[in-house]
Amino acid sequence: MAEYKGIVVYGELTDGKLASITTELLGCGRNLADQLKEDLSCLLASDAVGEASKEAIAFGADKVYVVEDPALKDYQSDSYIQVAEKLARDISPRAILMGQTSMGRDIAARLAFRLGVGLSTDCLDLGIDPESKLLLQTRSVYGGNAQATFSCEVMPQIVTIRPKAMTPIERDESRKGEIIATKVEIDMSKVRTKIIEKVREEVAGVKLEDASVIVSGGRGLGGPEPFNTTLKELADVLHGAVGATRPPADNGWVPEAVHIGLTGKIVAPEVYIAIAISGASQHIAGCSGSKNIIAINKDSEANIFREAKFGVVGRYEEVVPAFTRKLRELLAG
Amino acid sequence: MAQVNMIVCCKQVPDPEAPPAVFKVDTAANKMTLPPDVKPVISPYDENAMEAALRIKDKAGGKITVLSLGNQLVRDVIKKPLSVGGDELVLLEDAAFEEGDSWSTACALAAAIKKIGEYDLIFCGRQAADWDAGQVGLGIAEILGIPSITIARKVEVTDGKATIERVIPDGYEVVEMEFPALITVTSELGDLRYAALKGIMAAAKKQPIIWKPADIGLDPGQVGATGRRTKLHRLFQPVKEAKCEIIEGETPAEAGANLATRLRQAKIM
Repeated sequence: MAEYKGIVVYGELTDGKLASITTELLGCGRNLADQLKEDLSCLLASDAVGEASKEAIAFGADKVYVVEDPALKDYQSDSYIQVAEKLARDISPRAILMGQTSMGRDIAARLAFRLGVGLSTDCLDLGIDPESKLLLQTRSVYGGNAQATFSCEVMPQIVTIRPKAMTPIERDESRKGEIIATKVEIDMSKVRTKIIEKVREEVAGVKLEDASVIVSGGRGLGGPEPFNTTLKELADVLHGAVGATRPPADNGWVPEAVHIGLTGKIVAPEVYIAIAISGASQHIAGCSGSKNIIAINKDSEANIFREAKFGVVGRYEEVVPAFTRKLRELLAG
Repeated sequence: MAQVNMIVCCKQVPDPEAPPAVFKVDTAANKMTLPPDVKPVISPYDENAMEAALRIKDKAGGKITVLSLGNQLVRDVIKKPLSVGGDELVLLEDAAFEEGDSWSTACALAAAIKKIGEYDLIFCGRQAADWDAGQVGLGIAEILGIPSITIARKVEVTDGKATIERVIPDGYEVVEMEFPALITVTSELGDLRYAALKGIMAAAKKQPIIWKPADIGLDPGQVGATGRRTKLHRLFQPVKEAKCEIIEGETPAEAGANLATRLRQAKIM
């Protein structure tokens, strides 16, 4: 029976660079590893990992396992799982941390079932039980209407963590760590899916993930037009981005890429302006990390006013243009 | 085109569209309680999965077997997929199936699918609206040793192959895989169609096939609460500090302008 020790982050790259979710996972993992007095490792698997392995050390990793293979250029579960499984079996970690991302949602459960262990997805908090040393895995349930804390006695413990739920440690280039080039033979006969093409649905202007101000609209807007006019004008004044709840994306009023919520993007801007949004828990799950939520809604009983710091009760058609005008005037002066 | 044999997994859940205020945790029992006027529904993403299967049946023909797991499932709710075009309903229904986690649920569903035997495609919702784990579909695929594509917004079928539009952060990718395979579906695919009166009447007459753990070759200890891999310690609702400052005005427009002034004053903008 192997001894399970250490924490490993299964990292991701975005455009060849260490993804922000991975720095968050490393921050969380560093904290857990220090409490346990064990090592923190990071797996980076791609066609070319490059400088990202050094970045992982600067963000807290003691060891970085680098797997480079042309077969890993585009993420596919059948190829990545081979790397994920091999490393888990070789290094026998106590815990594997992944992001609740497109990849994490696709591969974590496969890995858990393959290893015969439990999994908690979309965790908001991780602690260590002082007696059993097991991870206490707190996640959102019932669409964000409650939270639940789980543990699993079968090793390794696997979790996915919600983006922006954890804080990276201060980047420190002088941190020391070991980069371990690791070879995994990827059996292409086991890759049963084939990517035909990738289609980018470009969203003009500031990217949602980078925006410090987001102007977001809900079902109450009634169609695509207000997103391109009333909301866009306000966002432009504030150099912000336009977002939406799930119904506008499902109805095709806006691209899915701007859907904010439990099953869409998770954002945490300085200012989040919710327009004609009722405030369903599934939406709040995607924006509750925002510093200031501002709500404009005609229904004074709407749940969004329980989340907001400032609000106006009124029809958005009347409130928002006046709000935008006044802001433009104030920001100019 | 050859007919397609499909299985759709559907879960009965409390209506997730119910207002947040009605969700109350019974902390002593670690259970969610909801007032009786909140009716159970099929988990919304499972409805999208059913619609994906129906669109394939419309074009290629074939059979749809609906599979569900629980105890004392509400017949009007769980029969809904039959009323829109499902052919058969298999229920894993027993007290032993209660209080499972993703592990025990996927194991039971996979065992039932093995017993059903023939299938080309299995459809699941991307995640259930109660526990939001998003694991069961992938668990089933792993146990059955078949490929999977998650978060599909469109599914088409040609010659023993499925072509799927899978949602990714900046758009979508088009992915192909051969049968047999599993697909998890997202809301963008579209809402489940409405049932016609004829369909509702036919569904009312149809009796579900009911299997107990022994019928799928499992010991009651392997399913539900006793088959769990994860332990639930605590279900709770974080306390919210509700303190929204409502900005007023003579007219809605004036309130809007006042909001701008107030935010500037508070140095938020």
